[in-house]
Amino acid sequence: MLEFLQHLFGEHNILVYIIMTLPPLVFMIVFALAAVLLERKVSAHMQDRLGPMRVGYHGLIQTVADILKLLQKEIITPATADKKLYILAPFVVFIGSFGAYACIPFSSQYIGSAISLGLFFIIAISSLAPVGLMMAGWGSDNKYSLYGAIRSVAQIVSYEIPTVLVILTIVVLIGSINLQDIVKAQSGWFWNWYIFGGPGGWGKVITIPFIGIAFLIYIIASLAETNRTPFDIPEAESELVAGYHTEYSGMMFAFFFLSEYANMFAVSAIAAALFFGGWQSPFGDAIPFLNNPWMQVFWFVFKGLVFIFLQMWLRWTLPRLRVDQLMYVCWKVLTPFAFIDLLIVGLYAVLR
Amino acid sequence: MDPIKKYFHNIWLGIYTILIGMRITFSHLFVRAVTIQYPDERLQLPERERNRLFVNIDDCIGCDQCVRACPVDCIYLETIKAVPGDIVGRTGVTSNGKKKALFVPTFTIDIAKCCYCQLCVFPCPTECIYMTDVFEFTEYERGKLVYEFTDMTPEQVIEKKQKLEQYQKEQEEKKAAAAKAAAEDKAKASAEVKTDPLAGESK
Repeated sequence: MLEFLQHLFGEHNILVYIIMTLPPLVFMIVFALAAVLLERKVSAHMQDRLGPMRVGYHGLIQTVADILKLLQKEIITPATADKKLYILAPFVVFIGSFGAYACIPFSSQYIGSAISLGLFFIIAISSLAPVGLMMAGWGSDNKYSLYGAIRSVAQIVSYEIPTVLVILTIVVLIGSINLQDIVKAQSGWFWNWYIFGGPGGWGKVITIPFIGIAFLIYIIASLAETNRTPFDIPEAESELVAGYHTEYSGMMFAFFFLSEYANMFAVSAIAAALFFGGWQSPFGDAIPFLNNPWMQVFWFVFKGLVFIFLQMWLRWTLPRLRVDQLMYVCWKVLTPFAFIDLLIVGLYAVLR
Repeated sequence: MDPIKKYFHNIWLGIYTILIGMRITFSHLFVRAVTIQYPDERLQLPERERNRLFVNIDDCIGCDQCVRACPVDCIYLETIKAVPGDIVGRTGVTSNGKKKALFVPTFTIDIAKCCYCQLCVFPCPTECIYMTDVFEFTEYERGKLVYEFTDMTPEQVIEKKQKLEQYQKEQEEKKAAAAKAAAEDKAKASAEVKTDPLAGESK
């Protein structure tokens, strides 16, 4: 797509770059609207309710109405807030989650930026989110916000370790940290996806349980990274009102929400790309129609949405963890398992 | 238990119980919603529900029993006696044929005070005060929760009061006249006795 646009507008035209950034942004906003509605509907039906029903057919445009309401709301800055940090924070968080979309391959023809350090960049730019959360918590001058921010930062920083280790296990198998390369390596039928051991002969079968464990660890750790139940102690509504965004109103609040849902899709997209073949059709090139660039977008978003549903499913199933339990799960369960996993898979990668 | 064993057992238990929980929530995805869409559809209220009071003023005879029964004094009632020959309301009788002898210029229920005990309903001899099935009557001003049930206009009230006063005055005059007449009769009788002492004896 980049080549095409460069051909259209010229090599160094700024328009090329602006248009390249637009698809993830548009996708993100539409996705956030749809996901909020989906979340409410899933939660409602899991609790034998109906959820929003009044705006549109079965409340289909409820979130559009919500965002229209939020647009009209006044942005209130508390008198004692640290104004600069307070106003900057939502945008820092948003940049962190939007930046991650730069290296997510939506299709074989589209990736925001085809840098060879894709995964590394995603992990690095996602680490901007804790900074923003800390700014929000500190800037609000509210004890609940501060508590939420501290918890959130502690949680995200500690859960980054198992996440990265698990990503590393797949990277070791492939030998590349460009997500486009990782996805391309899984071409063919669905048994070439890394959850089924990746491409290769029958020898790959021994890696399947380890990659399974890696996948499990990734799902758990990604839940914690996006601050979702059962790891939602940063915004535990029964304890901390709303955590770091307690004081925010109007579109500033919406930005936090938007980046939360964008983050959800980002981690789901990475899970899909690493373990489930990204934009690859499950039938590979056997049915060429299902593997054209537009259908690839469909497959990618579909796989991402499956994980989104999994996250919602878990959210409405599990109660919240205590802070000590959270740290126990991270340091005593996920991290050792991720290390052992990395060792064994690395050994396999060396010996095969 | 051996700590190492316990560690792995805990992990296994965690995963296993999460799967059980997920199975339960997933099965509930396909259960029919137990809630109803309230303003559009409503539940049938029970037969003896107690909600907003209503007074059928046509049947009220102004007996004051509901006022006395009310534990929170939320019913205010005033009555004016009807003069003979005057018709109370349209027909002068209640729907079950009882004669109405009192006008009811004020029948006010402060529903904000009402405790929905239904104690005012039972004493009513004509069953004109009763509970309805209306329970949505929120207002922005408290004053709007004071319900006025009388069908009399202020002019009518003044007219009826004047009529009663006039009637009472007439009655008093009559009484006074009667008393006067009686006194005169007595005086006459005694005078007659005096003038004709033998008249009694002759009988």
